[in-house]
Amino acid sequence: MAAAKVVNPVMTDLKGQTLVTLRTLKEKNPASLATYENLGGYAELKRIVTEKVKAIDIINQVKVSGLRGRGGAGFPTGLKWSFMPRYFDGTKYLVCNSDEGEPGTFKDRDIIRYNPHQLIEGMAIAAYTLGAGVGYNYIHGEIWAEYEIFEAALQEARDAGYIGENLFGTNFRFNLYAVHGYGAYICGEETALIESIEGKKGQPRFKPPFPASYGVFGKPTNVNNTESFASIPWILQHGGQAFANLGVAGSGGSKLFSVSGHVEKPGNYEVNMGMPFTELLAMAGGIWKGRNLKAVIPGGPSTAVMPAAAILEATMDYNGLGKAGSSLGAGSMIVMDETTCMVKALKRLSYFFYEESCGQCTPCREGTGWVYRVIKRITDGEGKMEDLDLLTDISNNISGRTICALGDAAATPVLSFIKHFRPEFEYYIQYGKSMIDGK
Amino acid sequence: MLSEEAIKKIDYELTKYPDDKRQAAVMSALRIAQSENGWLSPECISDIAGYLGIPKIAALEVATFYNMYDLEPVGKHKITVCTNISCMLRDSDAIVDHLQEKLGIGFNEVTEDGKFCLKEGECMGACGGAPLMSVNNTKMHEFLTPEKVDAILKELK
Repeated sequence: MAAAKVVNPVMTDLKGQTLVTLRTLKEKNPASLATYENLGGYAELKRIVTEKVKAIDIINQVKVSGLRGRGGAGFPTGLKWSFMPRYFDGTKYLVCNSDEGEPGTFKDRDIIRYNPHQLIEGMAIAAYTLGAGVGYNYIHGEIWAEYEIFEAALQEARDAGYIGENLFGTNFRFNLYAVHGYGAYICGEETALIESIEGKKGQPRFKPPFPASYGVFGKPTNVNNTESFASIPWILQHGGQAFANLGVAGSGGSKLFSVSGHVEKPGNYEVNMGMPFTELLAMAGGIWKGRNLKAVIPGGPSTAVMPAAAILEATMDYNGLGKAGSSLGAGSMIVMDETTCMVKALKRLSYFFYEESCGQCTPCREGTGWVYRVIKRITDGEGKMEDLDLLTDISNNISGRTICALGDAAATPVLSFIKHFRPEFEYYIQYGKSMIDGK
Repeated sequence: MLSEEAIKKIDYELTKYPDDKRQAAVMSALRIAQSENGWLSPECISDIAGYLGIPKIAALEVATFYNMYDLEPVGKHKITVCTNISCMLRDSDAIVDHLQEKLGIGFNEVTEDGKFCLKEGECMGACGGAPLMSVNNTKMHEFLTPEKVDAILKELK
């Protein structure tokens, strides 16, 4: 296995950021084991294992922290952990979901390439807490360099005795491996991801049974997002309350926001939950080319698009965005300026969901293709006014009628784009060209 | 036929799973074979299934489900350009146009000399660096401009 490479961070302006999951970012060689150890890394793991801290106490700290699943669903992490069976005769599994394929999401990639050891420590602590002997980190197919970085970091951690057998001279064992995806958005869904680990098509499973009782190879399995795991060492080092205090009620901690699209400085920004959107936008350099803001998709396309007026008043946390008519999702902010044609933007998103539907459930398989064809017909100048009701109708019939959430995710952009930008769609249908760019 | 080197790499992947779960390594086995041969021929997929002791159809299902596997020859350098929303907002269309003009091919076509192939990609999870493309599924190039694309193509010759 190759030695860890020196990775130079693509720096965003760190002023105003709270570096929790990216706490090595200011260091010279952020991804190396030595860097992480110098910052106190792996000390929590060692303390917990050697002092035999009780699992229930760790879970309570995670509950107090207010940490909610950072992959997009926002389910309380401590509560999820408490679903794992305490006693099980055989191997329990721990899985990290680093399969970020939701357009606009690129935060886990930075954790892996700049601070992989904090992720490993977080997973090891979780493994100790839940009694999992084996773990997998499933990494998005398109980011090969990060997969190699993670493999190298695993080797460093193995050599240093942080993962493997009989850790710290106790009978605690945790064998952690990297798994590489190969291009399927659906594998971000946890049961599809489990199927993929098993070497199958990534088609989601019916739930129940939930992974906590029937997961990888049919064994109890806990799946969390990369950013969730990477928050764990900090939470235990500083206490759950300290993490909760970083954020606001209902949204503990700091959060990585991936900002892309029409801003001057796209990139990841790790800031406290509850930050006003305007402040985050200013950190990202504001709207590019001196233009005006038109709309933002705040959490990836599976969250509803928000017109400028709504997002400008909002704060970046679960309740703040919920009240403003959307949701936090994975914190993937796609920013659109006034030159954006919303019809064409929706066409691209619809194609994505059509392309990525796994084909298992009829409403999603047929509906996503139908939606795409109708929007394409509009941009081809052959749209009819009834098409807008048709799009709404199809989307409402996909939503809630599928095994997994991809169906809902595909419906959300269609419904929210038409709701907020209906005149643009009507113009396109009436004149056969875009209201915005005239083409 | 899987090369000795490929078998070694597949064996390493197998160490990640329980002994009786050899199918779990099929995704990496296909990836390893593809990076060695450029694409996955039906024979190659059969060989992998044989080596792992799983039905051919199980390997073929995986090869056809995930979109980074190539079931036809793709030329020496496969260039995948992301055109999803974040890249689109930062004018990935201009990058696509430039590549198509420069290489004289459309999406899913291979240049006559067999050197380049162009694919349209879905989100690669690196949207902060949009517009972007990946070469042979492994090397990501971000913050693309037509000039930068020219420089990359030159190096790939």
